[in-house]
Amino acid sequence: MLNRALGVWTLLGLVFLYLPIAVLVVYSFNSSRLNIIWEGFTFDWYARLWANGPLIKAAKNSLIIAGVSTALAVVLGTAGAWLLHRYRYRFSGGIRTLVAIPMVMPEILMGISLLILFATAGMRLGFTSVIIGHVTFCFPFVLVAVQARLQGLDPALEEAALDLGATPFKAFWFVIIPSLRPAIVAGALMAFTLSMDELIVTYFIRSAASTTLPIQVYGLARVGLNPMLNALSAVFILATVAFVLFSAYLKKLHPR
Amino acid sequence: MNAPDAQSAQPATTGHDRRQPGWRAWALLAPMVAWLVLFVVVPTVILLVYSFCERDEVGGVIFSFTLDNYTRVFDPVYLRIFVRSVGYAGLTTIICVIIGYPMAYYIARAPEARRNQLLLLVMVPFWTSFLIRTYAWITILKQEGLLNGLLQALQLTSSPLSLMYTPTAVVIGLVYAYLPFMILPIYSSAEKLDHSLVEAAYDLGAGPLRAFASVIIPLTMPGIAAGTLLVFVPAIGMFAITDLMGGAKVPMIGNVIQNQFMQARDWPFGAALGVVFMSMFAVTYLLLQRRGARIHE
Repeated sequence: MLNRALGVWTLLGLVFLYLPIAVLVVYSFNSSRLNIIWEGFTFDWYARLWANGPLIKAAKNSLIIAGVSTALAVVLGTAGAWLLHRYRYRFSGGIRTLVAIPMVMPEILMGISLLILFATAGMRLGFTSVIIGHVTFCFPFVLVAVQARLQGLDPALEEAALDLGATPFKAFWFVIIPSLRPAIVAGALMAFTLSMDELIVTYFIRSAASTTLPIQVYGLARVGLNPMLNALSAVFILATVAFVLFSAYLKKLHPR
Repeated sequence: MNAPDAQSAQPATTGHDRRQPGWRAWALLAPMVAWLVLFVVVPTVILLVYSFCERDEVGGVIFSFTLDNYTRVFDPVYLRIFVRSVGYAGLTTIICVIIGYPMAYYIARAPEARRNQLLLLVMVPFWTSFLIRTYAWITILKQEGLLNGLLQALQLTSSPLSLMYTPTAVVIGLVYAYLPFMILPIYSSAEKLDHSLVEAAYDLGAGPLRAFASVIIPLTMPGIAAGTLLVFVPAIGMFAITDLMGGAKVPMIGNVIQNQFMQARDWPFGAALGVVFMSMFAVTYLLLQRRGARIHE
């Protein structure tokens, strides 16, 4: 009885989570400019989206920024996770706390403090400043993902490699990295998604030339309804579904 | 990455102990630590310094020592905004717990195949940009939006209702954005819940309510605390959702900070607001941690 009630509640909760997104996607195919009345099926908004210069430019910027940030985040995060796992550093508790801060710190605080840093250092805002910001909040997520997998890793693996004459670097590169691959891929996907979706930090530390897709969307959404945004959202939602399914597939392939 | 080519001076340990780091291990960790110091610690320190400075006429910063910015933070105008922000964020958190807790509990107790499906269903909104999800509500609530269209088509109202730019719209936007962030941490502690403890409570004569209040809730408290940290604090400072759903009518602390940095160009005052917000964040964090919150699980 109780379980049934919980089940119904869960269903209602999921309807609440999905109904607005579903409506958004459905109306991206509506030929009426005003969203209310269904006038007929069209791909028109997708065509206009594709032809919209500023949005496409912003999308390109976002892809560049997310790509570079993800690469840097993967290097910093994977190396950091391995080193913190393998060695007993002094202050390693403090370092871990420091890593956790960007994950929990409110984004607006990170945004304004980085803005002040760049202003104080006399650095001009642009791609570099945005990428610095994105790496800062992305790499801890990679680190945590990799760390979780390291905990389940047999320490004998590395020892065997070292006994067979591998240098620590070779052991890391040829033995540890391959067995961490699923976690690295999952962390990279997470970093990429976080970077693609980020608005608040970016808002403070971008320049007009390094405007990202979320910034552009925010500007358009402030003005009002625009079926082109529905189309863009539908693309984003599709990408998110693909990301979630792929992550689940990775997890299934390599259960811990 | 630079790596030593020669065999490490230290022999491989026989046990599973972690090794003492040599200078090379320190050198390898240095970039990450430097990154965190440079882009997390130093900016925070500069923010603190700025909050004691003054602004000049053109929006520059004069380095001096003044408490004026902090006195201004406690001006009734801003105090009211602080109180409102905390109030809305608190309300959002409570609604998220009410909607999310039973969902998380149900998912955690479901058979494995079912559980994985339900989790995937929560993951999609969790990973979908909050901006898009907020825009979804704009299309629904706007004057010429779907809900008004529906109401008029059904002839329930003659003139469109003003649903946007109200406190209700702001809270709907915040709840919708943050609900998945409450469900997942509660799920992860409900999943670890040892159900024999709940059965023991029943055997000892507790009713479902009693068992829930004195066994299930305390055992899943770490999840609630972690969820609160992920919902309450970000919701206080979230200027984009309040801006989109509330317009200028319902400013929250995030909107004021954003305004000081981007429009009013009073960075020292903005920094002081930021420092106050950061202290609130730190206090909440410590309080919740003391309640046994494990955030990264």
